[in-house]
Amino acid sequence: MAAPSIATVIEARPEARPQAAVKAAARGLSFYYGDYRALTNLDLVVHENRVTALIGPSGCGKSTFLRCFNRMHDLYPGNRYVGEIRLYPDDTNLLAASVDPIEVRMRLSMVFQKPNPFPKSIFENVAYGLRVRGERSRRALEDKVEAALRGAALWDEVKDRLQDLAFNLSGGQQQRLCIARALATDPELLLFDEPTSALDPIATASIEELITELKRHVTILIVTHNMQQAARVSDYTAYMYLGELIEFGVTDELFIKPKNKQTEDYITGRFG
Amino acid sequence: MGSTEHISKQFEADLDTTRTRVLQMGGLVETQILSAIDAFASGDANLADQVIENDARVNGYEVAIDGACNHIVVKRQPAASDLRLTMAIAKIVTDIERIGDEAKKVARMSKRLQEHGPQHAQRFPAIRHAAQIAVKMLRQALDAFARLDAASAAGVLKEDHEIDDEFRAAVRQLVTYMMEDPRTISPALDIIWVAKAVERMGDHAKNIAEQVIYIVKGTDVRHTSFADIEREIGAD
Repeated sequence: MAAPSIATVIEARPEARPQAAVKAAARGLSFYYGDYRALTNLDLVVHENRVTALIGPSGCGKSTFLRCFNRMHDLYPGNRYVGEIRLYPDDTNLLAASVDPIEVRMRLSMVFQKPNPFPKSIFENVAYGLRVRGERSRRALEDKVEAALRGAALWDEVKDRLQDLAFNLSGGQQQRLCIARALATDPELLLFDEPTSALDPIATASIEELITELKRHVTILIVTHNMQQAARVSDYTAYMYLGELIEFGVTDELFIKPKNKQTEDYITGRFG
Repeated sequence: MGSTEHISKQFEADLDTTRTRVLQMGGLVETQILSAIDAFASGDANLADQVIENDARVNGYEVAIDGACNHIVVKRQPAASDLRLTMAIAKIVTDIERIGDEAKKVARMSKRLQEHGPQHAQRFPAIRHAAQIAVKMLRQALDAFARLDAASAAGVLKEDHEIDDEFRAAVRQLVTYMMEDPRTISPALDIIWVAKAVERMGDHAKNIAEQVIYIVKGTDVRHTSFADIEREIGAD
């Protein structure tokens, strides 16, 4: 019997299609909290308009890695980066001393584990980043806030109470508000740090649905403790352990046929 | 399948129990084939009845193991080798159950052949030989499953053509009988059904072996050439 042709395989397995363009790449990245090395020589590519999931046990460095992207570690003295994170298409090294972290954060947005809206109205939460950027036109603000809230699948629920305090929203809605806030400034890369770990299954499902929608316009890097979530929402998965990248691959392959024994043990619950 | 155990002892136990049940079911079906062929060769109607009756036990295993697989999926969301094992078991039990059906078919045909006269069946050593190969293939496939031995599973694939050869030999022989004496047509057709049933057993054993390779290597080798499969087995 003849083996199936490549065309047949690609038709049956969409993930076998050629890879997307590269949006960002960590090259030889190490990170130190003072003397403690939290990341060791990471090389990882983030594909454009794809979702890349970072998984691994607590303390493996996945959140540390995520925070390198928007230079959050700069806020504490003694933290030190080695290596680089390149952002494309302009090939900027996000970690270069000459690059202003504020500039970096204009291009990358982050959503955290717990919803953290500002103690302001729903409208002002989303408009905040735009105002910081100097947007003064009421009309432009309204348009962009609406677009961001629609993008975060929240518009229909809040359009009649935009002046309400953001804290009056449910947890899932608050998280979507934070996503809208992150989207308002048109970021190129969205960083999610366990965005659903504080949410119930319904709110989680709506965030996951949203992530799948968002990747049409923006590249997403997500840290998650929930392996099924990584399997559901991501196109690529990276498994990290003790600050090192153990395995990186197409999600569907990594969860069915991991190449590395450590990855296998972790995703099958044998880790210990 | 890894050397380390799951953190969840219950998960470990669930997988173990399911795996053991597959092997028990396979053992039962092995006995079913041997008894059915014995009944075919000897014309023992009681033995044939026993095979027909025992098929219900085979079916019971299939339903129970399928249920266990569903439970594993819903409770554990298995990944990697656990996922492959669970999905493959669900397919393997279907093939084992089909082999059981074929054994039942052989038992039924044996009883019918007796009605034509007892002398027909013994003349077909090719069918008995094919049945022995089928049992050997099934045993080896289950053994490979128990030991997660992809190379041994690949060996099963190689043997399938032997059964096919025996099947063709039996058919050729039967055709000559039918040409010589039209009165043999009716029993000869029944015997062809038996030969076909045995040939199908080999196919199902082959399917089981392919699933074992999938469990161990993570590569779907169905509908692939044997050369490609051997390359895959030797890959690491």
